[in-house]
Amino acid sequence: MLSKRLIACLDVRNGCVVKGVNFEALRNAGDPAALARRYNQEGIDEVVVLDVTATLEGRRAFEATIHAVSTELFIPLTVGGGIRTEADAAAAIDAGADKVGVNSAALADPTLLTRLSARYGSQAIVVAIDAKRVDGRFQVFSRSGSTPTPRDAVEWAMEAEARGAGEVLLTSIDRDGTRAGFDCELTAAVSTAVSIPVIASGGAGTFDHFTEVFKLGRADAALAASVFHYSEHAVAELKQHLREGGIPVRC
Amino acid sequence: MIALIDYGAGNLTSVRKGFAAVGGELYTPATPRDLEKSRGIVVPGVGNFAATSALEGSWTDAIRSAVARGVPLFGICLGLQWLFEGSDEAADVAGLGAIAGKCWRIPQKDGLKVPHVGWNSLHVPRVSRLLGGVAENAQVYFTHSYAAPVTAETAATCEHGAMFAAAIESGNIFGVQFHPEKSSEPGLQILRNFVRLTRG
Repeated sequence: MLSKRLIACLDVRNGCVVKGVNFEALRNAGDPAALARRYNQEGIDEVVVLDVTATLEGRRAFEATIHAVSTELFIPLTVGGGIRTEADAAAAIDAGADKVGVNSAALADPTLLTRLSARYGSQAIVVAIDAKRVDGRFQVFSRSGSTPTPRDAVEWAMEAEARGAGEVLLTSIDRDGTRAGFDCELTAAVSTAVSIPVIASGGAGTFDHFTEVFKLGRADAALAASVFHYSEHAVAELKQHLREGGIPVRC
Repeated sequence: MIALIDYGAGNLTSVRKGFAAVGGELYTPATPRDLEKSRGIVVPGVGNFAATSALEGSWTDAIRSAVARGVPLFGICLGLQWLFEGSDEAADVAGLGAIAGKCWRIPQKDGLKVPHVGWNSLHVPRVSRLLGGVAENAQVYFTHSYAAPVTAETAATCEHGAMFAAAIESGNIFGVQFHPEKSSEPGLQILRNFVRLTRG
């Protein structure tokens, strides 16, 4: 049976892992390569490295960071942040990324998803969607959550799938960094609308939050940062908790 | 030296890193003639089966004659599917045809998602050289929408919507549908086994 995936996210700025609360007040949490190595040993299923400030500051995700993270990592690695063009994606992939996450650039030009999936295969293209509850719907925001767009998260996920995205990385801006739990309603709305896997992100605080997002949110994977950052037993204990709750996870 | 065929179907960085981690020495042949010195051949690949049309003709001929000389051949992901006669994904493109049968799209049923992405468990029904040291129910990383049928050459199966060939072994022809270079220790074990096979 296909396992539900646990994904550790490394938000990186200037080569260091930081963790934001509602995308602001970034604070330092460590060396990305050292953390990736630790997660790999602890049994994490996948790693995502996001250059959280790349789009705002007009920078590419640091290739050196990607290379350092990927060197000893024999599990899938996704890189996001500042992927605007096919050349940006190529640079990330050549540096060791297995998948690239595209957010603001895909919103600005959705054909980017088509072009990237034609070149690398849709399995390598993750559409990252940052959504916020506004007037009873899930509105998509771009540029690290700073800029509202007219798009609805469910409709955008469906369009992105049709254009060649292979996975959706769905972040609740409302929950990000709050440790108040994933937005299961948002996750379920997107997950039932598309046939590609949906990675839930934003709000992980307790082990039960993961159980909820897999059951109620119908997530295929759940992404977190601080839950994994601050305890070396978190991955194993979380997997045990999920297994006891009847959720299939990798041993 | 093991030849890693780069026919433009996706990223080979991770495959290179995986082989490097287990001591495999790879080279990328520029022309089919460069296969003459190979001790093993790896056909990787992701994406649409149509991409394998780049192998039709001289590459396929050179790979076929290397296999006839006894050189171990290893197809990974799309490379495994290419070992078969073809795929419903690109009906007009011929595979190597070393194994009878055609690949088909994974049926979408019971709320299961297609593509099949993530860690799933292997059923290993028989002893194989490629999967030596890989335990029954070992979990490996898949990402694909099409799959190969279970045949006499199947060395491991997996199930997602339907039972399919997760690994094959027939003489000196080997293949895996999953990504060993992304499958943690069981994946590295498989790469190690293939490297050993290329050393006779």
